[in-house]
Amino acid sequence: MSDPVSALGGAVFEGFAKVREIGPVGMITLRAKADVKGLAAAVKAAVGTALPAVRKIEVAGDRACGWMSPDEYLLVLPYAQVAEAMAALNKGLAGQHFLAADVSDARAVFRVEGAKAVEVLAKLSPVDFAKMEAGELRRTRAAQVAAAFWAEDVGFTVVCFRSVGKYVFDLLASSAAAGSELA
Amino acid sequence: MSTRLAKGGRLIDRAASQEFSFNGKRLKGYKGDTLAAALLANDQMLVGRSFKYHRPRGIVAAGPEEPNALVNLGKGGRFEPNQRVTTTELFEGLEATSQNHWPSLEFDVGVVNNYVARFLPAGFYYKTFIHPRPFWKHVFEPIIRQSAGLGAAPKDRDADRYEQAYAFCDLLVVGGGVAGLQAALVAGRAGARVIVLEQTAQFGGRAVVDGEVIDGKPADDFVAAALAELGSMSNVTVKARTMGAGVYDHGYVLADEKVADHTPGDGRPKHRLWRIRAGKILTATGAIERPLSFAGNDLPGVMLAASVRDYVVNFAVSPGDRTVVVTNNDDAYRTAIALKEAGLSVPAIIDARTNVTGELPAKARALGIRIEAGRGVAKVLGGKRVTGVSICLQAGEGAVIDEIACDAVAMSGGWSPVVHLWSHCGGKLTWDTTNAHFRPDAARPPLNHDGGAMVYAAGIANGAMTTAAALADADAAARAALEALGIKAKAGKVPEAATVVEAPMEAVWIMPQGATPALKAKMWLDYQNDVKVSDVQLAAREGYESVEHTKRYTTLGMATDQGKLSNINGLAILAGALNEDIPQVGTTTFRPPYTPVTLGALAGEARGEIFQPLRRTPMHGWHEKAGAYMEPVGLWRRPYTFPRTGETHEQAVHREVINTREKLGLLDASTLGKIIVKGPDAGRFLDMLYTGVMSSLPVGKCRYGLMCNEQGFLSDDGVVARIDEETWLCHTTSGGADRIHAWMEDWLQCEWWDWKVYTANVTEQYAQVAVVGPNARKLLEKLGGMDVSKEALPFMQWADGTLGGFPVRVYRISFSGELSYEIAVPASLGLAFWEACHKAGAEFGAMPYGTEALHIMRAEKGFIMIGDETDGTVIPQDLNLDWAISKKKEDFLGKRGQMRNHLASPDRWKLVGFEALDGSVIPDGAYVVDAGVNANGQRNVQGRITSTYFSPTLKKGIAMGLLKHGPKRMGEVVEFGTFKNGVKGTLKARVVDPVFFDKDGVKQNV
Amino acid sequence: MLILECPYCGVKAEETELSPGYEAHLKRFGPGSTDEEFESYMFARKNPKGVHFERWRHVYGCGKWFLAARCTATLEVFGTYPAQTSEPPADLVAKIKAKRPDWKGYK
Repeated sequence: MSDPVSALGGAVFEGFAKVREIGPVGMITLRAKADVKGLAAAVKAAVGTALPAVRKIEVAGDRACGWMSPDEYLLVLPYAQVAEAMAALNKGLAGQHFLAADVSDARAVFRVEGAKAVEVLAKLSPVDFAKMEAGELRRTRAAQVAAAFWAEDVGFTVVCFRSVGKYVFDLLASSAAAGSELA
Repeated sequence: MSTRLAKGGRLIDRAASQEFSFNGKRLKGYKGDTLAAALLANDQMLVGRSFKYHRPRGIVAAGPEEPNALVNLGKGGRFEPNQRVTTTELFEGLEATSQNHWPSLEFDVGVVNNYVARFLPAGFYYKTFIHPRPFWKHVFEPIIRQSAGLGAAPKDRDADRYEQAYAFCDLLVVGGGVAGLQAALVAGRAGARVIVLEQTAQFGGRAVVDGEVIDGKPADDFVAAALAELGSMSNVTVKARTMGAGVYDHGYVLADEKVADHTPGDGRPKHRLWRIRAGKILTATGAIERPLSFAGNDLPGVMLAASVRDYVVNFAVSPGDRTVVVTNNDDAYRTAIALKEAGLSVPAIIDARTNVTGELPAKARALGIRIEAGRGVAKVLGGKRVTGVSICLQAGEGAVIDEIACDAVAMSGGWSPVVHLWSHCGGKLTWDTTNAHFRPDAARPPLNHDGGAMVYAAGIANGAMTTAAALADADAAARAALEALGIKAKAGKVPEAATVVEAPMEAVWIMPQGATPALKAKMWLDYQNDVKVSDVQLAAREGYESVEHTKRYTTLGMATDQGKLSNINGLAILAGALNEDIPQVGTTTFRPPYTPVTLGALAGEARGEIFQPLRRTPMHGWHEKAGAYMEPVGLWRRPYTFPRTGETHEQAVHREVINTREKLGLLDASTLGKIIVKGPDAGRFLDMLYTGVMSSLPVGKCRYGLMCNEQGFLSDDGVVARIDEETWLCHTTSGGADRIHAWMEDWLQCEWWDWKVYTANVTEQYAQVAVVGPNARKLLEKLGGMDVSKEALPFMQWADGTLGGFPVRVYRISFSGELSYEIAVPASLGLAFWEACHKAGAEFGAMPYGTEALHIMRAEKGFIMIGDETDGTVIPQDLNLDWAISKKKEDFLGKRGQMRNHLASPDRWKLVGFEALDGSVIPDGAYVVDAGVNANGQRNVQGRITSTYFSPTLKKGIAMGLLKHGPKRMGEVVEFGTFKNGVKGTLKARVVDPVFFDKDGVKQNV
Repeated sequence: MLILECPYCGVKAEETELSPGYEAHLKRFGPGSTDEEFESYMFARKNPKGVHFERWRHVYGCGKWFLAARCTATLEVFGTYPAQTSEPPADLVAKIKAKRPDWKGYK
């Protein structure tokens, strides 16, 4: 069997900020209401984080759990550990009403890095970055497609659908073009 | 002649000269010049021709209100038509050419229109070109189109790039004059998030040009200090060269930043369109001076008085050695004084007012300038350039008293506040009799999301006409806006400006007030579109009472300047002609943008490769390398066919069909929608969504399902697989995944919110490969890893396993009538699996096939396609799909809709097959004609084609379509109406079973 | 361009992040209903100049449908609330009545 390949095979662009595709990254869509019995423990077992508050993401190293909607979480983890995490969820939530789906391959993930990374996203998303809170996971659009991002290290992690990975990479690269700094 | 003065010029750097060209002539200007200033410095007063009469046009203004001086800028990929020279900053190597003339600016053939002007009054086109009717299309319109228009459209692809950006603030200040800066200071000091926009490269507005004194110091000092203080505040952003273009609902503002207009080719975006969301908007947009309506007011050399001052003070440019000032107010005296102080001659100030008393006239008199009170200009003398004016009594009819030689005329009819941004979202205006202008009515502002005021007008834009009043007004407006935002302003003193006492202006709409018709026919209101006082009066006589109708009939204010100079004068003339008050007549509607925004900025990054998002499957790159001809399916791009060298697309498609039917075809089916539905109520939910029963589907099996909307019309179809007791996987059409997922969520969230069901759209998690044809099983067996035999995996079942080491889920389903497996693998392995299939399949004759072969094969089998057989008016029963509709279920989405008598009628058009008697392909969409004609004299119809192809399998044309009572008419010959190359014809075809190939399913059930 | 606050995730979303869903609080009529009832469900839509209740989906955000009360003439937004209700919350109705004394109620 071949190794899994990400949407763009690790494409990189350097402008006033650096844009690079990372991945493949393990991702699980977990649909469950916050009050489901055993949810916090199952998430802890799967990715080692606490359950995030509304619109927040709990990050622990290369693993994270983000709040996506009142009954949806996004679990982030190393690609190779998805099966194990799925098993943990299925075990921890057995008998409860929930849905866990591996979506690792349905996504493209980017890092936008540098002191002015925020300017790259400010050209694409109708988001007031000055009011973004620490640990906030923002779902919005990047130009014409759905995207989600959160601040991490010096920059942002950006997630979109795999099929539009090239579109989003080209967008980020165009926004990060040298000489187009906003301030 | 106009020229550069030896001294002065606030904005120019004489040490940095810049070369540019106009109509190929090489000219010199200075850094800091506008193109207008540099042209005037080189005595290039004549810059264009008017739209209708091709009259010579010179520079009138010094800002964005300029109606005349539009040029072509740049060339090739940087060519831009209709650029205002007054807002174009000079740069080294700038190339400009004049427009709307032929063969040259100096000698223009179109000027013949000028001599027949009396035959071209308002509404001329409407009246003249009506009859005979056919002449409009074939004679008049082509000629008018040829001569219409100003600049030429660019031919080359735009070499520059553009972008957009989002910004947020508490208070957006539009205008960087002293009022705007004061408002920004108040808000910035209060800690509010502030953005200040200034459309030019300089701040300070009129105050710095007019030498105002603020807190005992020159206005320049105030501006410098304000900018320094604002620059030190992290909560304040100040943007020059950024025009507030439009105000929209809920504090949304578009602003156009000219990032690199003045530094072309430096790699930066040319423009950046800011999409600003502001808590409150403060418009400190100043005012625009109005022309006076006297005969010959359009000759090159007649300019706005304050603009003349701008050229002298800012750029040390003299519009002429001898300038006559014509006015109805004190402000224009500043121009006379500035000219005099620059060492130029002002032969006379012609003041329409009989009583001239203010401080400024006194100063002018002291400088020895002759003042003609109660007088007006009867006529401007000259052809392509002013040579003098004849003067008359303002109260009279234009009898000439005196002639004064001059080479420029500076006119002022008073000032109109720039109320555009206030008005864009519904702010109302009030008529100010003292200043004869409309100004914002603070009691009727545009409203915000909370019902409070959204825009605050401030300073001169609010009718506060002196620097002192403007500063106080802006200070108060900013404080009011902050209070409404819940932000506490700090106590502070309003800077005090020295006040010059001015005598009141007097409204003058026609000069002289009793002018003869001959004079009125030479008084221009709209310079660009050639609308004169006489045109508006004619419109009124012809019954145009509404200002909006008059605008469209005369084209007043419809040029690229959108009537910045002409609107108020025009409606005053209309009010006079209608014998009404100006406020009763009202204004036309102010619409964004304030000045034109280039399309590149509006498009932003959305061009070329990222014009729109293209969705790509994991195998997309493989298809491109294989030379696939792609077609759009929603935002996906799918291979239509894989032509080989020398093949037409049609030949390639036929090869792909035959190969698949005889050997082995491989299809990238990754775009197929895949939605997981899970939960204790999932079966019940799917029974509501689909017309058939899904709750009874055994685990491991697949079932074809139909979804209808509540009207009963067929909306999507696909195969549903039961994964486990609580989980189903619903396949949707390629274009339908997002829509159907949203449809499911809508019902779950808004109607059956207590049902325990979760959905997840996993379309992109999997690449899907259809392995189709007699050799399909051989390929899978060669890959190995799981049992794919007829016994282990019969038709309409699925199984998990591995193939060639890939983790797969195999569905035994068929959309072609062949032995067929659809194999889902994780998308990250999709390409590898696809390549493995080709490699292993080579010995079995594997070839990729595209969507067209897929379509033909499904049509040969009589399978419907959503979007072909359905168009939003077709119910499943029309397609003989009653077998997929449960009779037992009490309810499903669409059931009640289908019970309506029209949908339950036995007379509906139903699905059949058609075969042309001559074996040809029936044209797509062709109608089956019926006896008689309808009310419009058209043939009655009784059916239509929905899918039609040449079948390479059967070597003849096949078609599917809907026909009244269709299934009862097998074997009947019907007639289609055809229309080919403009010729109507008919085509006879036989009604046949829509399943053309392998009706018993022998091939797929092996 | 409107801004509506999503009652689920608290984002003050601009219109481009939302998708409209037309009139709120429609009662579904299925099989067994009269033609008049079905017509009321399928076709009879309010089109008031003034207070109106609408469905919106936070499509580029949390994906949830919510309901909004706004004035169609001034675009004033009175409030947003979750979709899992068959009528507007009482406190919102009271707030609208206070602001629009002439308003006749949501029915």
